[in-house]
Amino acid sequence: MTTRVLDLPRDAAGARVDGRRGLRLPRALLAALLLPALLLAGAEIAVRAGAVPANLMPPPSEVAATLVYFAGHGLAAHVGASTLRVALGFLGGAGAGLLLGAVVALHRGARGLLDPSLQALRAIPSLAWVPLLLLWFGIDELPKLVLIAIGAFFPVYTGVTSGFEGVDRKLVEVGLLYRLPPPVLVRRVLLPAALPAILTGLRNALSLAWMFMVAAELIAASRGLGYLLSDGRETSRADIVLAAIVLLALLGKFSDMAMLALERRLLAWRDTHLGGMERV
Amino acid sequence: MSFLEIEVDDKRFGARQVLRQLRLGVEAGEILSLLGASGCGKSTLLSIVAGLDRDCNARVRLDGRLLDGPDAGIGFVFQEPRLFPWLTVADNISFGAGLRNAPAQAISALLDEVGLPGYAEALPKQLSGGQAQRVAIARGLYTRPSVLLLDEPFSAVDAITRMKLQDLLARVARERGLTVLLVTHDIDEAVHLSDRVVLLDRQPGPARAEMPIGLARPRMRGGAAASDLKRRILAHFDLDLAA
Repeated sequence: MTTRVLDLPRDAAGARVDGRRGLRLPRALLAALLLPALLLAGAEIAVRAGAVPANLMPPPSEVAATLVYFAGHGLAAHVGASTLRVALGFLGGAGAGLLLGAVVALHRGARGLLDPSLQALRAIPSLAWVPLLLLWFGIDELPKLVLIAIGAFFPVYTGVTSGFEGVDRKLVEVGLLYRLPPPVLVRRVLLPAALPAILTGLRNALSLAWMFMVAAELIAASRGLGYLLSDGRETSRADIVLAAIVLLALLGKFSDMAMLALERRLLAWRDTHLGGMERV
Repeated sequence: MSFLEIEVDDKRFGARQVLRQLRLGVEAGEILSLLGASGCGKSTLLSIVAGLDRDCNARVRLDGRLLDGPDAGIGFVFQEPRLFPWLTVADNISFGAGLRNAPAQAISALLDEVGLPGYAEALPKQLSGGQAQRVAIARGLYTRPSVLLLDEPFSAVDAITRMKLQDLLARVARERGLTVLLVTHDIDEAVHLSDRVVLLDRQPGPARAEMPIGLARPRMRGGAAASDLKRRILAHFDLDLAA
């Protein structure tokens, strides 16, 4: 079958956007890096000039040197431990959020039974879980993973329920017109239509998973970026604290970029006002 | 007995009754238009015929067979295209038959028929309103229904596109021998397309009047006979063409 998509006026506009994408992305990257670069330069100058005490705010060059030192002295183990905790906690929490969210959104009985309780649980501040988790599971890996999973669960649960509930009735009617059985209707209509909200929930969940990982590791850990934060504070090494913070920012940003790329790929069909404008 | 028989005893939205004691018969190959003011229950009637609205006291028979829900013999073109934005034009058209079994040749032929050759792999966001509605018509035809329901299908497009789509519908219906039930509030459209026009009142009840359109096909627009028919339809609504 021959296609003539490029003849379409809207697509022609899209093609022009695509054509400029190669030039636009580095410019966007430069714009995104401008503010951090200015802040780092300002901090370096301020500390070197003695405007800020170096023991409280080490210059960025010293933080960089600390990072280089740690790179050869166990940094990979700390990063690996934290990343593994985030990955496992995120998978567990997001998986449960997807499952329960779908059940609650698609089954009226389940919604009445589960949703009020889950909404009440959502209102509990994350740190309130910590003593209970320590009591139940000790100070090993499990309480950390459970805490991260709790953090990841609710954004996904909320995204899935609101995504399914917000599906356009008119699209569902088309599915009903063609006599799609309920599971097929979910797979071919409800799920793709709810995907934008679900992916937003997953992105938020991943971001929260990193936050909850730090909370978990600050309380009890012998390895990980949270442990480095705690160690830096106890030894009055602000450079270690800042190095850990920089690593957390980078890891969080990279994982968010991966989610954003997945979102762009899966939602390429959307006709948004941003068109081809890229976010870095 | 007509090819498509519709009997609606009672249809309500809450306490408000929208349809009552309405009987309609559409002959095989006939194009029947339902005309009436907004809120008179035209679209609701189509939903009932399509099996989408079953919360009513009504019966629909297709070729003598009592229907109990959506039926493969009935296609529906909605007021809006209602295309799935994540599916290509080809997958939207073959939606009712399953995504994996769509023969490319059938899609291609259908796209040629509705005047969109080569658009199979386009996404809905790349289409204009008129193009999207052509795809919706193609989707309505894909399962080869014997009856096509259309709910004000051209009301959201510009005047020129509307005329082109009307001519497309007239041609496709004639070539395929389709039985068409068209809901519209456009009297010119009803006169141009229909074999018969049924006028509905805002007050629920039997049809206010029905009028055969005895114009030869293919039809020209704006002839004296069409103007006379339009005048007679308007008179049923206590309106004058000159006013």
